[in-house]
Amino acid sequence: MDWRDNTRYAVFTRRTALVGFGTTAFFAGLVARMYKLQVTDAAQYAELAEENRVSVRLLAPPRGRIVDRFGLELAANRQNFRAILVPEQADDPLKVLDRFFKLVPRFADERDRVLKEIARNRKFMPATIAENLSWEEFAAINFYAPDLPGVQPDVGHTRDYPYGPDLAHVVGYVAKVAENDMEDDPLLRLPGFRIGKSGIERTIDKPLRGKAGASRVEVNAYGRVIRELQRNDGTPGDDAVLTLDMDIQSFATRRVQGESASVVVMDIHSGDIYALVSSPGFDPNLFNVGISRTDWKELIENPFKPLTNKVIQGQYPPGSTFKPVTALAALAHGVASPTETVFCSSVMTLGNHQFHCWKKGGHGSVNLKLGIKYSCDIYFYEMARRLGVDKIADMANRMGLGEDYGIELPNVKDGNVPTSGWKLATTGVSWQQGETLITGIGQGYLLATPLQLAVMTARLSNGGKKVVPHLLRSVGSKTFNNPHPEELGIDPDHLARVMDGMNAVSNEVGGTAFGSRIADLGELTIAGKTGTAQVRRISMAERDKGVMKNEDLPWIQRDHALFVAFAPMIAPQYAICVVVEHGGGGSKVASPIARDIMRETLMRDPARRPALAPIASREPTSQEG
Amino acid sequence: MFGLSLSSVFGSSVAHKLRDLNWPLLFLIATVASIGFAMLYSVADGHLDPWAKNQMTRFAVGCAILVFVALVDIRIWMSLAYPAYAVALMLLVAVDLFGHIGMGAQRWIKIGGLSIQPSELMKITLVLALARYFHGVKAENVSRLLTLLPALALIGVPFALVVVQPDLGTGMLLALGGSGLLFVAGLSWRIIFAVLAMAGAAIPVAWGFLHDYQKRRVFTFLDPSLDPLGAGYHITQSKIAFGSGGVFGKGFMQGTQSHLNFLPEKQTDFIFTMFSEEFGLIGAVTLLMLYWMILAYGLSIALRSRNHFGRLVAFGVLMTFLLYILINTSMVMGLIPVVGVPLPLVSYGGTAMLTLMFGFGLLMCVHVHRNAEIPRYKGLLL
Repeated sequence: MDWRDNTRYAVFTRRTALVGFGTTAFFAGLVARMYKLQVTDAAQYAELAEENRVSVRLLAPPRGRIVDRFGLELAANRQNFRAILVPEQADDPLKVLDRFFKLVPRFADERDRVLKEIARNRKFMPATIAENLSWEEFAAINFYAPDLPGVQPDVGHTRDYPYGPDLAHVVGYVAKVAENDMEDDPLLRLPGFRIGKSGIERTIDKPLRGKAGASRVEVNAYGRVIRELQRNDGTPGDDAVLTLDMDIQSFATRRVQGESASVVVMDIHSGDIYALVSSPGFDPNLFNVGISRTDWKELIENPFKPLTNKVIQGQYPPGSTFKPVTALAALAHGVASPTETVFCSSVMTLGNHQFHCWKKGGHGSVNLKLGIKYSCDIYFYEMARRLGVDKIADMANRMGLGEDYGIELPNVKDGNVPTSGWKLATTGVSWQQGETLITGIGQGYLLATPLQLAVMTARLSNGGKKVVPHLLRSVGSKTFNNPHPEELGIDPDHLARVMDGMNAVSNEVGGTAFGSRIADLGELTIAGKTGTAQVRRISMAERDKGVMKNEDLPWIQRDHALFVAFAPMIAPQYAICVVVEHGGGGSKVASPIARDIMRETLMRDPARRPALAPIASREPTSQEG
Repeated sequence: MFGLSLSSVFGSSVAHKLRDLNWPLLFLIATVASIGFAMLYSVADGHLDPWAKNQMTRFAVGCAILVFVALVDIRIWMSLAYPAYAVALMLLVAVDLFGHIGMGAQRWIKIGGLSIQPSELMKITLVLALARYFHGVKAENVSRLLTLLPALALIGVPFALVVVQPDLGTGMLLALGGSGLLFVAGLSWRIIFAVLAMAGAAIPVAWGFLHDYQKRRVFTFLDPSLDPLGAGYHITQSKIAFGSGGVFGKGFMQGTQSHLNFLPEKQTDFIFTMFSEEFGLIGAVTLLMLYWMILAYGLSIALRSRNHFGRLVAFGVLMTFLLYILINTSMVMGLIPVVGVPLPLVSYGGTAMLTLMFGFGLLMCVHVHRNAEIPRYKGLLL
């Protein structure tokens, strides 16, 4: 070994040592870095790792049921048979879909939507290929499952309305959450979640909804769920008990089938509504699954307006059904005694206007009872003339007209009770006395909903108490009742006189509804008042030629037929209002319907049968895992 | 080699040499490799397939290669240095001309049904060739231009061929490894500083030659939030995995970041992250200690060799090994941009494993033949 080698060995040794030190320093640097990550910042990174790993999925709680006063389910949750495709489990999703749609051809239109959804999502994300399958279809899919790799039969839940159109206007329906329904509740962002859009479903949507549950799941980087870590099923929605008696509701629905009509049956003491029918109805289940354009168009274009709840949204001139109110006002203000007579010659002249009675030739001498019994216009023109419009309006308001009572339904109309002040304020023209006269027979500016006319009838037959109608008996464990309605301060004798007149309408020969009396239930008789609301003005020329018969007119120009009644006469319990749009005369069309429905009500007598106690909230279930 | 007898290849008694192998070093290597097996078993959620079993087989083959390489007389390796370098260089040219394109780069070539990655071969042959070259250079001549030019060509040509593949990672390994050899061969400090200064000045120029994806990696490194779902995502997730491992780790096969796939490439480039997630700071420091011990053992072997060729070969092998470790660990911790460099002995990968084991074979060979004295002029003509 020569000296030169020694030199380069020495250099090599020095520099290797240098590299060794450098390496050691670098390793120390790595350890320092790891200390920073794994000790100093460990908590923060542990949190981030947890955020990566854990995903919280909301669980929709079961929606509360809606039942009638005896516990019959009106809105429930039923099983929804579905088929789901997991693309990664199908060897060839296209072929599987073709085979699937051959099996259930009525869903074949969904093919493009399903393919789009599959293309958009990850391979393990399930796509719903068919919903609301019939049991036969579902069974077929299960049977052929081996030939349909990737297709999973699945059972979900959906809202179900077993009575369909019969209750569409009361119970309402649920549908997908729209943009403007959005609020804080995270449930609303859940895909496929439904909220109440109309009827009771909408009014008490929140308590029916319940509280969201949550499932904490472990997911991988692609979002695939690996396992469930924890689960809390949330709180199911409250069950709601309605005041309805489904049997009366069904009966009433059948009875007005084919008509554009309203029916309300209510308890005159408690205000419980036993039946609330707006005909025609519509199938609320359509809205739940998503209504098709043709179905929607049909509903919108139907002249009978099935989407309108006519009981609370239909505003009609009450016609002669209002005459009891005019009579009460006349008695209350002492402008007439019950026995005083007015002579009806069929025409009454006020200034240079002539006011006609509906009966050609007139009624001759009529007192209060006969005025109601024959529905004599001249008698009530005279009463109105003596009273003035504001006194009539005062009595109308006390009887419940022009009010919405806070009834548990959305979009309630108030009707209209005109006063002289009201007219001046809205039209700028002062009140004319002629207008008072036609208000006295329930025409002109006066408008009322069928519900208001039922309340009016209830208040005059319950001894003058301010009863308020309602549809909800209880929601969850919360009960609503209105046991002692306040007095309206009407002389009972006056009420008895008016009721006597209404009894004559139904039960005395010559009464306008004598043909529609209840004669086969012994003491249980009905007492009512007919009404006919004109839709068009009758010109002088027409009157000279002879008024055209309703049947000869186009449907849309025919009069509305109205009838209000209470029963039984001996101890009143129920009030009813029937309005048949463009039905013609009240006595001919509306009172037979009311008679049949009231007869059914009297026979069932729901007020005297024990109703369902409030349904306490179901216990929330939860399990830790 | 055909005319040579067995004894002329292995020199004196094979049995004696076997006993003389550095067994503690081999034990350390096997320990690190076993950590790799365990992690590959964990990556596969507790299965030997598809990674752990393959890796074990390769390691066994690697061990055989190691022992064989160690037993061959160091002078034979010395005489094979230039021819082997020439073959590797020709293969690199061939791969650039007709290589297979995989992962966006031409790295592989098929010879008789065997896929070879010539750049891996070059890592070994470059070390051999440079060691061979500087073995014959006097200390005072090292920094002369005429002496340096051939050495720079030995490094520069394969570097250029690898970079155009393009494989910047391997190119950097070759350049840095070669520079390390120049450094320990005795390059004067003046030149070293001058080159460092020039390199600093050249960075803006070199920047222009980078591919877009390489530039993006640098940008993403500087600010991972630029690309939170791409490359930045990998680094962010890697740091989360590290940090959430804490001091003691989440436990074997319990790493959530790795097992739920938030961590990319965990059987290869990011295996250190997974190990740190499951075994925590304690595990990671232990692994680094094992690496450090291998390096310390190796450097002591280099220092104890009585021939310059052996010292330089040993150093060159260790330098390559060290660079793998440093680049990989810094990368997964977000200290340098993402480059595809595996963690030596642990990451899944056949080529890297065999290259490394061949390198460790040479290191052993230096150890076994530490007392061989080879004159500076010996073999100059071969």
